[in-house]
Amino acid sequence: MKKNLLLVTGLVMLFSMSMFSCTGKNPVIQEAKELSGAGATFPKVLYEKYFDNYNQLKQVQVNYQAVGSGAGINTLIEKTIDFGATDAPMKAEEEEKAGAAVLHIPTSLGAVVITYNLEGSPKLKLNASAISGIFLGTIKKWNDPVLQQLNVGTTLPDANIVVIHRSDGSGTTYTFTEYLTKADPNWEKALGTGKTVNWPVGLGGKGNDGVAGLLTQTPNSIGYVELIFAAQNNLPYALIQNKSGNFVEPTLESVSKAADIELPDDLKVSITDTDSADGYPISTFTWIILYQEQNYNNRDITKARAVYNLLWWITHEGQDINETLQFGKLSDLAVQKAEALIKQITFDGKPIN
Amino acid sequence: MFYMRSDKVFKIVLLVFGFLILFFSIGIFIQLSSSAWLSIKQNGVSFLFKSVWDPNKDVYGALPFLIGTFITALLSVFLSLPLSIGTSLFLSDYVKGNFSNIISSLIDLLASIPSVVYGLWGLFMLVPYIRILENWLFKYAGFIPLFNSKPYGVGILSATVVLLIMILPYSISVIKEVLKMVPDDLKEAGYALGANKWEVMQKIVLPYIKSGIFAGTGLSLGRALGETMAVTMVIGNRNAVPTSLFDPANTLASVIANEFYEASSASHVSSLIYLALILFVFSFLVNFTMQLILRKINTGMIKK
Amino acid sequence: MRKIKNLIMTVMISLATLICLIPLFLLLYYVIKMGISSINLDFFIKNPKPMGEIGGGMLNSIVGTLIVLGMASLIGIPFGLATGIYLAENKGTKLAEWVRLSTEVLVGIPSIVIGILVYSWVVKTMNTFSAFAGSIALTIIMIPLLARSTEEVLLMVPNTLKEAAFALGASRWNTQRMIVMKTAMGGIISAILSSIGRIAGETAPLLFTAFGNQFFSTKLFRPISTLPIQIFTYARSPNVVQNKMAWAGALLLVSMVLLLNFSAKWISQALVKRSKN
Repeated sequence: MKKNLLLVTGLVMLFSMSMFSCTGKNPVIQEAKELSGAGATFPKVLYEKYFDNYNQLKQVQVNYQAVGSGAGINTLIEKTIDFGATDAPMKAEEEEKAGAAVLHIPTSLGAVVITYNLEGSPKLKLNASAISGIFLGTIKKWNDPVLQQLNVGTTLPDANIVVIHRSDGSGTTYTFTEYLTKADPNWEKALGTGKTVNWPVGLGGKGNDGVAGLLTQTPNSIGYVELIFAAQNNLPYALIQNKSGNFVEPTLESVSKAADIELPDDLKVSITDTDSADGYPISTFTWIILYQEQNYNNRDITKARAVYNLLWWITHEGQDINETLQFGKLSDLAVQKAEALIKQITFDGKPIN
Repeated sequence: MFYMRSDKVFKIVLLVFGFLILFFSIGIFIQLSSSAWLSIKQNGVSFLFKSVWDPNKDVYGALPFLIGTFITALLSVFLSLPLSIGTSLFLSDYVKGNFSNIISSLIDLLASIPSVVYGLWGLFMLVPYIRILENWLFKYAGFIPLFNSKPYGVGILSATVVLLIMILPYSISVIKEVLKMVPDDLKEAGYALGANKWEVMQKIVLPYIKSGIFAGTGLSLGRALGETMAVTMVIGNRNAVPTSLFDPANTLASVIANEFYEASSASHVSSLIYLALILFVFSFLVNFTMQLILRKINTGMIKK
Repeated sequence: MRKIKNLIMTVMISLATLICLIPLFLLLYYVIKMGISSINLDFFIKNPKPMGEIGGGMLNSIVGTLIVLGMASLIGIPFGLATGIYLAENKGTKLAEWVRLSTEVLVGIPSIVIGILVYSWVVKTMNTFSAFAGSIALTIIMIPLLARSTEEVLLMVPNTLKEAAFALGASRWNTQRMIVMKTAMGGIISAILSSIGRIAGETAPLLFTAFGNQFFSTKLFRPISTLPIQIFTYARSPNVVQNKMAWAGALLLVSMVLLLNFSAKWISQALVKRSKN
């Protein structure tokens, strides 16, 4: 019996030693081989692809956890990760909490699409007041006259609409509610803009994937997700009427057109409810956020260099991946401005390269 | 000499571990209270009765989650009661030996299945059927207030059913233990008087184990209160006071799992931890009371 | 009339048992049916692919789970055993009662609350999510469970045995080690196994601690992927390939847990049989 105990302890020790030995080998390197980031689920698909490619190219593992934009900002402020990701630019009070300058580097353009689970998956047309009515609970049935009027020729079922929204803080919700706040006065009064709002109706799903998952599980439901989540899972999505009165289908082209506006130097700009005539109105930039001064919490310069190189790669070579995954590419002007921002990254006050 | 020293060392080592545990549980309470302090200061006790939870406007009230938690937990415990009593009686008095052992180990298996697997199964296999049931109830019994809201599939009812399955093994194992303590001569006296099996159960066994049943259901209540993953996956995650069994809702535990990552304002984080503190206190009270009762039963039986 | 009532109740009681067993069979049936179709060699030897691509496996989560569990057991087992022995040895003293109360408090804490605590204590202090933080969270769940079952096992050792040893002049430590441990070894091993089985499937406390990682990692102080979290993520996914992965992961996790529980039961039964002989 004692022998057994010895054997067990021996095994446990061996096991633990093998674990420690794995952590041990770490030769001197110029660039950290591991980074971790967290945040928006909106660009999850894109980032997973970026970092998979980047790992194959440069042998740098970038661990990205899609936990929501709110969490992206929060974990950056708490300094538990190397960079955050968000689709809603940080608010002034969040920047204040961060305690130091934070840079917003855009990586791509995305669209929030209105998707639904309806028999036969008809192509729907919607405008801001119809969307607002559905998500506020004032439009309760699919065959409501408002919806029927927008979709002449489509037979809509006499069924209750099941609203699906996000249960976690999210940039997708921010983009969606920001659009409705700009385009519909009822919405502005009732709920306003935020990463989470006090939904009067509906079910909550965690993450873009959670909403899309719940949607596929629930007949007669409607929800909002990033374009790729609808496209990849063969969910139908609606044409939305923009400010100029055109019904626009969310496509790479219409999303890029939405960004065809004056860009500020810090690139923290909202493009929802765009003035551009062919632009899809629920479009947004999505950003990676990081501290401008990388020397905090005993981080070493190798990490700063790794982050710098990663961002440079994303805004240049990485851009080729965007369109393969239904994300808009940054325009040349946006890349130029992003370059200027990346060059502002410092370690101990000195620029990285 | 050597013996004496090792003896002392042994004692001290044990004492240190004992103390550590003690500090630990006190530390938990202090940590939770201090992290929740901001919200406690801002919201006070009325936190418990406010029905709006809107982080966007910095308004926090725990009522939707308290109601969600207690409805799902109490309902599942209530529904599990006849099942667990029946099963325990079946295992102790209706079947014997190996067969009884096999069935009770099967039921123990229910306890060992991870909660995330319950959630997975619940979401994909159970919810579609519950949706059918809900639609049927809504159509034919929609006039009853409990069934009068739009059925989604995910919601209070689904969460209750999943919880019900998850807590069964806990109450069964407690009741089974208590059943073992029923003196055989009491039962035999009953049979000798000409009573049949059910009469013995009803008149002699059940009254004898009343407090054990209470403790067993209490312990499973504690379990149901804190269950997180499975509930999060099937409850629908809505931060409003539910008005019917079909409504999507949130429990204390599930709202923490949903929002803790992303809470960026200090008062939001603190309010979530306030919820955790409430959950901690409730589960502690329930568990502690039940343990006391169980211990009383144990010592009481031994004296007899 | 009485007979009919008796018969009805017998049927009802048997039915109750049947109803309790049905979900178990349904659950196991679905987990096996859905899981087995996605389990292949790749599942064990490959890391996950980006969403939308076909193929890949859960190697990183499997290894991650083993590391987190191993680490948790490494701290939790001695701690839990010592506390259990303490409780059994000092039964009745005031301090022991307080310690016992503490273990009861700890057992009752919802696991999500433990996740939050470890986030504040470990993740924030070390400035990173990590396998280590996940292990600590699981350790906290394991200790009180193990302490209580150890105590129960030890209390079953007949006092006469211990007294005989004392009478022969053995010190307390020696008595403990030689006599009590020997008699209770089977029970203790089975207590250890079932407590590991209990923490193996825990998800909620890992959410804010071990975090997750799409790459293969064995480092203790970096975020790590674990089976339960990965199942949770894949279950919520709208992607059918990932849903399938969730089932495969669930099958593996359930098999692991059941194996631990079965061996626990088997060991204790084998020892009961031997002690009877």
